[in-house]
Order: sequence, then structure tokens, then C-alpha cells
Amino acid sequence: MASQSDYSSSYKAPPPVIEPGHTFESITSKISSIVLTKYQPLAWIITTAIAFMFVNVLLVAVSYLFMKGIGIWGNNIPVGWAFDIINFVWWIGIGHAGTLISAILLLFKQDWRTSINRFAEAMTLFAVLCALMFPLIHTGRPWLAAYWLLPYPNAMGIWPQFRSPLIWDVFAITTYGTVSALFWYTGLIPDLATFRDRAKNRVSRMIYGVLALGWRGSARHWQRYETAYLILAGMSTPLVLSVHTVVSFDFSIGIIPGWHATIFPPYFVAGAIYAGFAMVLLLAIPLRKLYRLEDFITKRHLENMAKVTLVTGLIVCYGYGMEAFFGYYSANQYEQFMIHNRMFGPYAWSYWMLIFCNAVVPQTLWIKKLRTSTTWLFIMASVVTVGMWLERFVIIVTSLHRDFLPSAWGMYYPTFWDFATLFGTMGLFVMLMFLFVRVLPMISIFEVRTLIPAAKIKGAEGH
Amino acid sequence: MHADKPAGRALHGVMAEFDDANALVDATRKTYAAGYRKMDAYSPFPIEAAWEAMHVNDRRVQLIILIGGIVGMFAGFGLCYWVSTTAYPLNVGGRPLNSWPMFIPVTFEVTILVASFSAVIGMLALNGLPMPYHPVFNVPRFATYASQDRFFLAIEADDPRFDRTQTFDFLKSLGAKDVNEVEE
Repeated sequence: MASQSDYSSSYKAPPPVIEPGHTFESITSKISSIVLTKYQPLAWIITTAIAFMFVNVLLVAVSYLFMKGIGIWGNNIPVGWAFDIINFVWWIGIGHAGTLISAILLLFKQDWRTSINRFAEAMTLFAVLCALMFPLIHTGRPWLAAYWLLPYPNAMGIWPQFRSPLIWDVFAITTYGTVSALFWYTGLIPDLATFRDRAKNRVSRMIYGVLALGWRGSARHWQRYETAYLILAGMSTPLVLSVHTVVSFDFSIGIIPGWHATIFPPYFVAGAIYAGFAMVLLLAIPLRKLYRLEDFITKRHLENMAKVTLVTGLIVCYGYGMEAFFGYYSANQYEQFMIHNRMFGPYAWSYWMLIFCNAVVPQTLWIKKLRTSTTWLFIMASVVTVGMWLERFVIIVTSLHRDFLPSAWGMYYPTFWDFATLFGTMGLFVMLMFLFVRVLPMISIFEVRTLIPAAKIKGAEGH
Repeated sequence: MHADKPAGRALHGVMAEFDDANALVDATRKTYAAGYRKMDAYSPFPIEAAWEAMHVNDRRVQLIILIGGIVGMFAGFGLCYWVSTTAYPLNVGGRPLNSWPMFIPVTFEVTILVASFSAVIGMLALNGLPMPYHPVFNVPRFATYASQDRFFLAIEADDPRFDRTQTFDFLKSLGAKDVNEVEE
């Protein structure tokens, strides 16, 4: 029988959240010196330049779309929805990790979140921005989208249909984007004050000064600030879960075989967290190396993110299993045909690639050696990101291309402009991310200060 | 020195500087115990013990957020209800115009949206931010280090117990690294 001491001797305390030996000053100067300097790493310039090139591709693709209409895309009946909604759902999914890390992990008092929440929130904002483009441009006439999407009194006296999940989507995404921006900015205020006080350049001192709103770190302010921040986190938690739930309603409320499933909301939410954490890893690994942030974004952070990826990946696998089970067990020929066609039909390659990317490759994370290898995590995160895109492709295209009547069957082939728009939004995302890293603190300075021993108050209750 | 007004500018208060968070909390507790109320502790990160030492706990933030949430909830549901029953009634398969379960997602989103705005705007308004000018920034070391790694405690001149020399000496006796007068 194992005694108590056996457990305690085999139990290893988790390593500290940030590397030991840091002071308030070293944290402040390390994080702010990334921004408050004239030095730009060559890798930053090259990446931003390439990303900017893709932004131009996006501009051309969207301009051409507005000139010609959505006929330039490959989607047509029966596959009336394709890259536009695939990319939309994919980007929204990626945008989930930020608020999850900042809000849910805050409520669970996971203090390791502190090193990664800021840029994960920025990532959320930019991903939501990329996602929001698709509902606008997929109309082909975004100037008309105003009254299709938003309830406002217009001269025609028409209003949106509030019984439709598509209008719920509009509310969910815009609320999510707005609340994420509020949360992000609120978290930035004390750090903007630090930048204001450290900036040598007059112009940047003024800009940071205006944005810092005159923050002076008063304890009376901190008390209200912490209250507001915690409640915002509490409200963002159901919000982030509601967003992908509502996105999944876009499908599950419809009566298309392959969409009409009750598993969709949790399955989509888990998939979103999965994709989001993969994207955080994808960004954190190069940024940490480029700016030598290994002290703040430690192996422990990467390993924890890998664990979250593994767990949510397993939930997603359960979703795939249930989809197959529902299909075969439904006693409905359309459902049965759908799942059979998905696995063995003309798009079977996409299904099996999806299973390989999302269900097989992440299983390597059970092995500690691979889970702590930055190279492997980067590769794995790229594979998962591709896998999550394929998941939406599979759900949307394979469910639509075989209509109820064989006479309405068709195939979907994306065009050059579909890919140009997709890669263009990726360029936009990377460019915004790199610009953010250049002008704002990518790690929350004031929260990292609370992690060092000097911040612990004697005789006070645990924070 | 008994001059009520110094030559030059009016006095906002006196300010002590500490280089340790614990020293700040100790000093704040002692200052409160000494009877000062118009005081404030400044730190580059939130220190719960510092506002507890001043017996500060503003619950109006929570109230504002609650009110915001309730307003948002009624606004969200009201919008769906009014549009679906009055402004643009559509009969879909004979279902009731007020099909309220379908209005819940929008109601929920608007609740969170308005409550979040109330949280941020309410917090900033109660803090009196944005504030383009505040006298504490007249202390040069405060303006540089308060947001980085130093801790400050200010006793304001309009506290009834405030006395220019006595308060100055009191702060000195708390183990402050430095004590400065803060000009208005």
C-alpha cells in the first residue's frame, strides 16, 4: 500500500510560471523594449512584407468580387455555401482561444495564462475581423448587407427575421468582437500608462498618453478595475461559448442531413477552442523565439496549451464518432447516405485527411517529449489548423453536394478567387498581428509583475 | 513654517515613495490607523491589501453592470418582439408571432453587450478617467516610476488632519525612501 509520503515524493511541483530571477524593472523593460525601440528584427520586416503582399491579393480579390459578383467563386447550387462560410467559421473558431484564455482561465485562477492572454486576445480580435469580412462580402453587394444584417429603420420598412439563426449570428459575432475589444483595451490601460512613462519619443509618449486615459495606478482605481475586469471575464465566459453555439445553429437548425444534429453546439465549441489553441501555439512559438521571450512564455505554457489542444481534440474526435453514429443509427436513408458518402464518396479524401489531421496527429501529444518540443508543437499546430479548415469543408461541402434528389447532385470546385480571398485574409491576419506586436505590449506587463515573489503581500490572504 | 500658502502653487498633498509592495501596504495601514482618510496608494499592479488597508470597496461597479445587463436584456428582447409582432410581422408556418424561444440568443447577446459596456464605461467614469491632468504627476519620480516598479502613498492636503510639516514627518517615519510635496 502506498503511503502518503510516496505520493509526495513522486509529486513534482509545477515549475514557476515565469523563470525565476526577474524583478519588476526587468519585466517592465524586457517587454516594453520590444516596442519602445527603433530596432526591428529582420524576420519581422520580411514576415510583415509578405503578409502585406497577401493583403493586396485580398484587396484585388474583393474588388474583383464587387465588380463581377459572387459568380467568380466556385459555389453554385447545390453547393450554395462554400469557401465564404468555411472561412468564416474557421476564423471565428480561431478567434475563440483569446477570450477563453483571458476569461475562463482567469476565473479558474490559472496564472500561467498571464503570459499569453494579451496576444491571444489580439489574435481573437484580428481573427474575428477576418471572419466578419465573409458575411459582408459573400453577399457580393456589401452596401446592401446593411439592411440584410442589421436591424435599423430603413426607408423600405423591412426588418430582419429574428427567428433565423443567421441574424443570431450577426448579433453573436458583433457582440463577441465588441466585448473582446473592450476586454483587450481594458487590460491594456495600465500597460499603456507604463509605455507613456517610458517612451522617449514625444509623439509616442503623446499617443500612449492619450490611450492610457491618465491612468495613475491608484489603489481606489485598481479596486474598481479589478472588479470590472473580473465581471467582464465572467460575462465573456458564457459569451465565448455562445458564439460558436450560435454559429453551429446556422447549420443545425437547417434540415440538411449532416447538419441537423444536436451534437453540433458542443462539438463546434470544442473545435473552436482546439483551433484557437493551435493558432496561439502557431504564433507563440515563433514570437517567443524572435523576441527571446522564453522567460515569460516558458515550456510550461507551451505544454499546458498542448494539453488543452489534446483534450479539446479528443472532444472533437468524439464529435466525429457521434456524427457517424447518428448517421448510421438514424434509420433514415438520407442520413445514412450522407455519412457513407462523406466517408467513401467523391470527397472522401477530405474526410480522411481531416481525421488524420485532427484525430491522429494530436495523439502524439500524449508523449511528453513531443509535447515539450517546440518544433513538433509548431508542426502539430499547423496540421491542426489545416484539419480544422478541412472539418468545415467536410461539413459544408459533403452535406450539400448530394441533394435529396440525384438529379440535383453536383460537385464543388473552388476557383482561384476563392483561394485568393482565403490566403488574403491570412495575410491580413498575420500583418495585423505583427503590427500589434510592434506597437503594443504583447504580454501583459502589469499582470506578469504580480507573478514574482516580490509582489506577494505578507499577512494578506491569497490573491 | 506656518505659511498657509507656499510661495508659488497650491499644495495637493505630500507623497512618499517606497520600493517594496509590502512597505507600501504597511504604510497604508499605518496611515489609515493614524486617522487619515483622503489618501491614496499607487502601485504598478493591483494590490488587494492596499485598497483593503484604506477600507475601500466600491460596489457601485457591480450595480452599474447589473443595471446595464437588465437594460440590455429588455432592449434585446424588446427589439425581437417589436420587430416580429409589430414592425414586420411574418407568418411562418402559422407559428406565433411572439415565438419567444427564438428570441433568446439575441436577448442574451444584447444583455452581455450592454453589461460589458457598462462595466468598462462605469469603471472608467467612477475612476474619473479619462483625466488629462492630475497633480500627482508633478512629482518627477512618480511620473516615471509609478507605472513601472515603484510604490507611492499620497496624503491629500484637504484631509482634515493634514498638516504640512507633521504629515511630511509622519510619512518619513513610515520608512519611505523619499517624501515629496505634491504641487496642485
